[in-house]
Amino acid sequence: MLDVPDWPGHDAGQHVDVRLTAPDGYTAQRSYSIAGPADGDRIELTVQHVDDGEVSDYLTTVYAIGDPVEVRGPVGGWFVWRPEHTDPVFLVAGGSGIVPLMAMIRARAAADSKTPFRLLYSARSPSEIIFADELRRRARDDRGLDVTYLYTRSAPEDWPGRPHRISVADLNSAGWPADLRPACFVCGPTGFVETAADILVALGHEPRRVKTERFG
Amino acid sequence: MSIVSPGFSGRRRGADNRLPPGQYLTHDFPVLSAGPTPRVPLDRWEFRITTEQGEKHTWSWNELQELTSEQITVDIHCVTKWSKLGTTWTGVSLDTFFEDVDTAADYALAYSYGGYTTNLPLEDLLDGRSYIAYEYEGEPLAPEHGGPARLLVPHLYLWKSAKWIRGIQLQIEDEPGFWESVGYHDYGDPWREQRYQGD
Repeated sequence: MLDVPDWPGHDAGQHVDVRLTAPDGYTAQRSYSIAGPADGDRIELTVQHVDDGEVSDYLTTVYAIGDPVEVRGPVGGWFVWRPEHTDPVFLVAGGSGIVPLMAMIRARAAADSKTPFRLLYSARSPSEIIFADELRRRARDDRGLDVTYLYTRSAPEDWPGRPHRISVADLNSAGWPADLRPACFVCGPTGFVETAADILVALGHEPRRVKTERFG
Repeated sequence: MSIVSPGFSGRRRGADNRLPPGQYLTHDFPVLSAGPTPRVPLDRWEFRITTEQGEKHTWSWNELQELTSEQITVDIHCVTKWSKLGTTWTGVSLDTFFEDVDTAADYALAYSYGGYTTNLPLEDLLDGRSYIAYEYEGEPLAPEHGGPARLLVPHLYLWKSAKWIRGIQLQIEDEPGFWESVGYHDYGDPWREQRYQGD
């Protein structure tokens, strides 16, 4: 959580640039997705620790509450969902690609939107599900939100099927038919996004309605 | 102006003067695009320059291959902060395509298969500063990196190097492209760190 004086507000899906500066003037900056709607001047980022990540390692191990940090944003006006959008939404997350999509789910709830949302979330194992408790609660309480999980390495015992990488069947059954013209948002590592976006196009979704954000 | 981050010293200060401000070095080749990767069959591929008068100059894939190509070794810089040094491409200088193009336009809008657009001053495309590239490190350019052919404008942030290039529309007036319409800088010089509008 960061308090950013005079934060101008943002749309779900946007990100910020975080800049770190060392005493000798050396700087490093990276982009991070904003995880939810703004609460006044307060924004929430979700940072996944990367072992040799110069910025994420600092933010997740050294950085302490109250430390100042430079942020710039919001950035990005394409991979966004706004409450006035009423087309059905299909969110496809790979790993920490859930973060900007979670922002959309939270923005939907905050705006009391009735727009139907479906989320397909691919993770290596149940312990790697980010926002697990909140997603469980929202899948139960947020009307019109469906959540489907996909596991690529190890799955819980009650999960049907064997762990596998995302496939046509997963996207077909967890998503919306292409004729409903849903807005699709796909976020995750490059290989995941390439595969998922290709499948969505093959399933008949218009390429322009498949918005992607890749990392790594 | 900068706030010092308590306890931050940074690790990768290679002090490489080939890295523009705010960039870090990467050795892999990340993929950034706003949507699915278009697949363009070579027998239907074409590249077209349209002047502000509507005059069209068009090249098929085979005609592209017959143009004099060059090996280009350049550093590339993505606005998402990674830079990659010494990348090698095969491509044709835009000067070659513009030999017979008669224009008074100052601006170009590059457009791609899949609908992507980006705008540049025409002068940034000329004088050996940009290419239509179709090989990367000696191999045909992969679709996720813009194949079969992409624009390569290495002196600007990489979003200006339109993947899946389909044509260039010459214009008297500047018109923002895809990312330029949603807050990214109109010109995008990495050495002046022109990432976003207002930089």
